[in-house]
Amino acid sequence: MSTPKLDLLQGTLDLLVLQTLATLGATHGYGIARRIEQVSGNQILLNQGTIYASLVRLQQRGWIDAEWGTSDNNRSAKYYTITRAGRKQLAAETEKWNRISALVQCVLSAGPEGAAQ
Amino acid sequence: MNSTPRELLARIGSFFRRGQRDADFDRELSSHLQLAIDDNIRAGMSPGEARRAAAARFGSVASAAEEHRDARALPRLDSVLQDVRVAVRGFRRDPGFTLVALLILALGIGANTAVFSVVNTILLRDLPFRDAQRLVWIERRGGTGLSDATFQAVAYEEYAQHSRTFESITGYFAFFAYSTYKWTGHGEPERLGGVDVLPNFVPALGIRLAYGRNFSEEESKANPPTAILISHSLWKRRFGSDPKVIGTKMIVQNRPLNIVGVMPESFDFSSTFVPGTRVDLFLPAVVSGMRNWGNIFSLVGRLNPGISIERANSEFDATVAQVNQRHRDWGAGYSTKLAPLQQHVNGNMRRPLLLLSLAVGAVLLIVCTNLSNLLLARAAFRSREVALRAALGAGRLRILRQLLTESLLLSIFGAALGVGAAYVAIGALAASIHLSVPLLNTVRLDTTALGFTAGIAALTGVLFGLLPAVKLSTANLNDSLKEGARGSAGGQGWLRSSLVIAEIGVACVLVLACGLLIRSLFAVLSVDPGYQPAKIAALRLDPPRNSTREQRFAFFEEAIRLTEAVPGVERAAFTDALPLDRNRTWDLTAEGRVYAPGEDVGAFCNVVSAGFIETMGIPLRSGRTFNRHDTRDSEQVVIINETAARRHWPGVDSVGRIALNGGGRNKWRVVGVVGDVRNRGMEEVSEADFYVPLTQQGPAGVPELIFRTRQSPAALAPGVRAALRKLDPNMPPGDLRTLDALIDRATSPRRFLVTLLSAFAAMSLVLASLGIYGVMSYSVNQRRREFGIRMALGANPGDMRGLVIRRAVALTLAGVGLGTVVAVFSTRLIATLLYGVEPNDARAFAAMLAALIAVALAAAFVPALRASRVQPIEALRAE
Repeated sequence: MSTPKLDLLQGTLDLLVLQTLATLGATHGYGIARRIEQVSGNQILLNQGTIYASLVRLQQRGWIDAEWGTSDNNRSAKYYTITRAGRKQLAAETEKWNRISALVQCVLSAGPEGAAQ
Repeated sequence: MNSTPRELLARIGSFFRRGQRDADFDRELSSHLQLAIDDNIRAGMSPGEARRAAAARFGSVASAAEEHRDARALPRLDSVLQDVRVAVRGFRRDPGFTLVALLILALGIGANTAVFSVVNTILLRDLPFRDAQRLVWIERRGGTGLSDATFQAVAYEEYAQHSRTFESITGYFAFFAYSTYKWTGHGEPERLGGVDVLPNFVPALGIRLAYGRNFSEEESKANPPTAILISHSLWKRRFGSDPKVIGTKMIVQNRPLNIVGVMPESFDFSSTFVPGTRVDLFLPAVVSGMRNWGNIFSLVGRLNPGISIERANSEFDATVAQVNQRHRDWGAGYSTKLAPLQQHVNGNMRRPLLLLSLAVGAVLLIVCTNLSNLLLARAAFRSREVALRAALGAGRLRILRQLLTESLLLSIFGAALGVGAAYVAIGALAASIHLSVPLLNTVRLDTTALGFTAGIAALTGVLFGLLPAVKLSTANLNDSLKEGARGSAGGQGWLRSSLVIAEIGVACVLVLACGLLIRSLFAVLSVDPGYQPAKIAALRLDPPRNSTREQRFAFFEEAIRLTEAVPGVERAAFTDALPLDRNRTWDLTAEGRVYAPGEDVGAFCNVVSAGFIETMGIPLRSGRTFNRHDTRDSEQVVIINETAARRHWPGVDSVGRIALNGGGRNKWRVVGVVGDVRNRGMEEVSEADFYVPLTQQGPAGVPELIFRTRQSPAALAPGVRAALRKLDPNMPPGDLRTLDALIDRATSPRRFLVTLLSAFAAMSLVLASLGIYGVMSYSVNQRRREFGIRMALGANPGDMRGLVIRRAVALTLAGVGLGTVVAVFSTRLIATLLYGVEPNDARAFAAMLAALIAVALAAAFVPALRASRVQPIEALRAE
């Protein structure tokens, strides 16, 4: 069963997936996973399989669409695209993420003086 | 998980299209891997390397699939279904256990469902009337006879007109059970029960007729009546449930009556108002023609909305007092008490049903302990399986849930079987119309009962499953894996023994209560009724219509002569009030004696032909019985019973004295004193009774012919009937009643209670024996090695048997001890249900002890035998 910690991770991965799709357009699962790894400078090493739970969740919430297609080298693959609702969600989530990270940043950088006040 | 409605819909969709979605995901996975392999090869890896690397980066396929499923569908439901599949697989592997568990559960839950249905119908559910809570029974204070409980027509008219308490008052002719209606012209003639109801009976009670309408204004006044309503059961039985019956005629007592309505199925007059009788016809009571009939109506009122019973009582008291003022000729007048109709209907059943509910709850408790025990025994063999699952990564909670799923599944299937059993049992109960238990005939297995069953099934499943599940899921993993193939959850012996002790304790209380009530029933059955019921039967005869008084007496005499001429018949007579059947009170006082105001001068009156006392076998204490010389023109005479003699002529010989009746209007000479007869009830001590000759005072109603035979009356019935056909050619069959049957009916509520209670006590004994057997055979298995060693060291088989049996008896005695403590406190609860036996009755206790010891011995027999047959070598080799 899900615990709060996992939820946070899940949410993060969902956000990354949405962002990737917003940037790349229609992409298959493998492509998304590779892209996230590459953009992060291979700092995030996913178990690539975990991306599919995220994909199906986003799809069922109506934020992305999926369709079977054919890859450049003629392999059949399922391609995902972001929907309009997905873009809205992405904007909202990004905004929220920025605020949280700024806040965390702010608290962390306050340092010892903050404590002294 | 905070799902949007859209997502929830999608999840439900995915849940039901699992196969399709899994296939789609599989395809996506292989496409993923293929793309990764392609990439890796492009990057210069060998195909094998490329494949390995791709798989490594992907991670666990199984957990990806699991997460995918969790994300897209209903993970909880999914895993519940999985638990169910595992459980069912487990049951298939162990059909013996499953069958026994299901049977036990079916018994326990079925019994609870049946008793709940009865309790729900009789005690909990509203009576089948509109706004039934507003209906009240208008009781009369003081007096026990039916004449003391009823009102005269004028009183009804006054109350109906002047009371502001009631929206309406209605009622019925209380003495209806003594008149029957011969129905002819529709196949075989049949005698039907009927009741005269006040014309507003249907609307006032709020009965919704199945078909037709209530009596019209005109029909309500017609004397003799022209219209009737019929019961639903008659309509179904004799009219094939044909709605077109409305408007057709029935020939009743040779008079055509127009059927205007059919009562609804939910309303059974007799089971509601007078259990043990049968009512198929409803005739309008013409009040104007009944004003001189004395106390005849039982009254029910519908309170105005929103009025409390207390206020209603005080308001109505005032009305009654005013009416009394206007009718000084009524003497002391009426004094009333309003009670909720439901309470009037089921009041007597409250305690017996409470007892039955407790008993059946106790049975369920035993069922639970028993199953807990069975599961614990099974746990011993399953600990390895569970440990293995735990080792493979199943969490403790997950295992607990799995085990509880198993017990819940068992109880659900058990409940399903139980409902089937309950359905049959309830059908049998509802069909037993000879039981005079109110509303019993209307008991059905309804949705409330099914809901109740579902509830107790869930409760039972958790209750019996929790202990073994906790025990098993927290067992030490290492130990379980290490132990021998037979497995064990050692150290639970004491737990199982305590469960068995508890079980025996509960069974002990049940058996004791049952024993006390059986003793009470026998005490009631062995009460001397004051006459000899065994060889007496009663038969109803109709004198020719429109006959004169003299013709009727000639008819009675001829009937007696013809009956006595039948070989095997010893004596015959007429009476208009059989014991335990009719309830009527007339006044009787001694001339010249001064009575205190309010002193009870009521007596049960019986109008009889000469020969009645002899036919019944009532002992004559002094004086004489009636004879042919007591005629209309001779001196008016009366025979009284001993209680009446003691009450009205204390210390003097009453024979030859003058008794007064009708407030002094009638003077009768006492010619004889006879023994007391239980006229009102087998458990009620005799009150004052008297007998007057048919030739002088009667008949008041239609008298019944009684005859005493040498062999069984039923065997002579055809002969008697044939002899009497000359007098009444239209005599319907099936009219014969034995006096034993009347006693049976009077004692039927008690028999109903004892029968059910005995069934539950028997169940508890069987279950207890099963429990003892389980524990003993488990412990014998556990100690095989020890027994083997003992045998090798020279112990003989008898010692081994003794060991096992002593242990079983010790468990039983511990249980009995526990049960006795509980019983000491609880048997007082049933004290009011006992008759002729004390709650601490030694014989009942001894019987209980004997029963439990016998059960323990029987249960320990097979394990003991097995213990004595352990071969030393074999036992040592087995480990």
